[in-house]
Amino acid sequence: MSSDSRPLSPHLQVYRPMYTMVLSISHRATGVLQSVGLLLLAYWLVAAAGGKESYAVAAKVFANPFVKLAIAGWIVAFWYHLFAGVRHLVWDAGFGFEKQTARRSGRLIVVLAVLASLFTLALAWRHLGGAA
Amino acid sequence: MAEFRLPDNSRYKDVPGRRFKASPGATRVRTFRIYRWDPDAGEKPRIDSYQVDLDRCGPMVLDALIKIKNEVDASLTFRRSCREGICGSCAMNIDGVNMLACTTAIEDVKGEVRIFPLPHMPVIKDLVPDLSNFYAQYASVKPWLQTRTPAPPDRERLQSPTDQEMIDRPSACILCACCSTSCPSYWWNGDRYLGPAALLAAYRWIVDTRDEATGERLDELEDPFRLYRCHTIMNCTEACPKDLNPARAIADIKKMMAERQY
Repeated sequence: MSSDSRPLSPHLQVYRPMYTMVLSISHRATGVLQSVGLLLLAYWLVAAAGGKESYAVAAKVFANPFVKLAIAGWIVAFWYHLFAGVRHLVWDAGFGFEKQTARRSGRLIVVLAVLASLFTLALAWRHLGGAA
Repeated sequence: MAEFRLPDNSRYKDVPGRRFKASPGATRVRTFRIYRWDPDAGEKPRIDSYQVDLDRCGPMVLDALIKIKNEVDASLTFRRSCREGICGSCAMNIDGVNMLACTTAIEDVKGEVRIFPLPHMPVIKDLVPDLSNFYAQYASVKPWLQTRTPAPPDRERLQSPTDQEMIDRPSACILCACCSTSCPSYWWNGDRYLGPAALLAAYRWIVDTRDEATGERLDELEDPFRLYRCHTIMNCTEACPKDLNPARAIADIKKMMAERQY
């Protein structure tokens, strides 16, 4: 019988979402999110350089609750991507490959990302919350 | 581009599976849900479920498979040989993770025992995947000693105990393919990325102090796909039933690549 009629065995459909692959795909997803978020930042700078009127428009855009939510997401993505990136640097230097160590460093970057995000969001809320 | 969905002929939920009940007197019943595909039936794959009385079955998942094949459904097809974790034949996806059926206790699986062939491979029948590509990739790293200098006339090429230690663990690989078929990168690029098992084998010969083809071996791997599709996901190391560490071996190869440029 011809071998090209053979089915492909299930993969993502059946594999248990191991912490390893979840952290890995999150690293990539937050990297993409960050690039997209940079567009917002670039727009803000361009608007500021453009003068009073263009900045007023930008201020309105950034006052939109959905945009605020997107920025909050961007902040979380930033911190996660940063810490996960450092974890990759340590790996590339040849350290941290023991199963236990890798599990611990995985937990560590998630905790750090959550704490740093909460801190940043709290700061933003305090200084810009009502106003902007 | 990675294809995340199964092709139409591979969807396993379209055809209803058959059910086999345990005999009436059974006391400790466990359900095994097993992927089935028969090349001669002309149907899509399906999931059959078998109730097994654990009081009349050995402790390992492989014991249950053999019991089902012997007593319930002789058509169930799977590879197995040594039943003690050294041949690597009975590697399959059990309860969502790749492992050897012979070293996995039924007790350690909670609820229904779901068994699939190794992921993202062409299926020959039931739990038997086609490993031709996997073996070809292993052969491509030339897993044998390569020398230039003549051997000493009166003895073997000697190694110090520390030299031997470097290859001790990597040599323990049984080529069961649990690691490579657990790797998402291998799923999406298995035709060009060598995968953790072949790279662990490459590493084993690269660090062998008797081998004299280290440079050529590294040259062969200097490729965006063969080596560098490893994104340090670490599924391989989590999956290895022999507790080896392909992820570290690959990282060491990458490091050697960087270091030899300076």
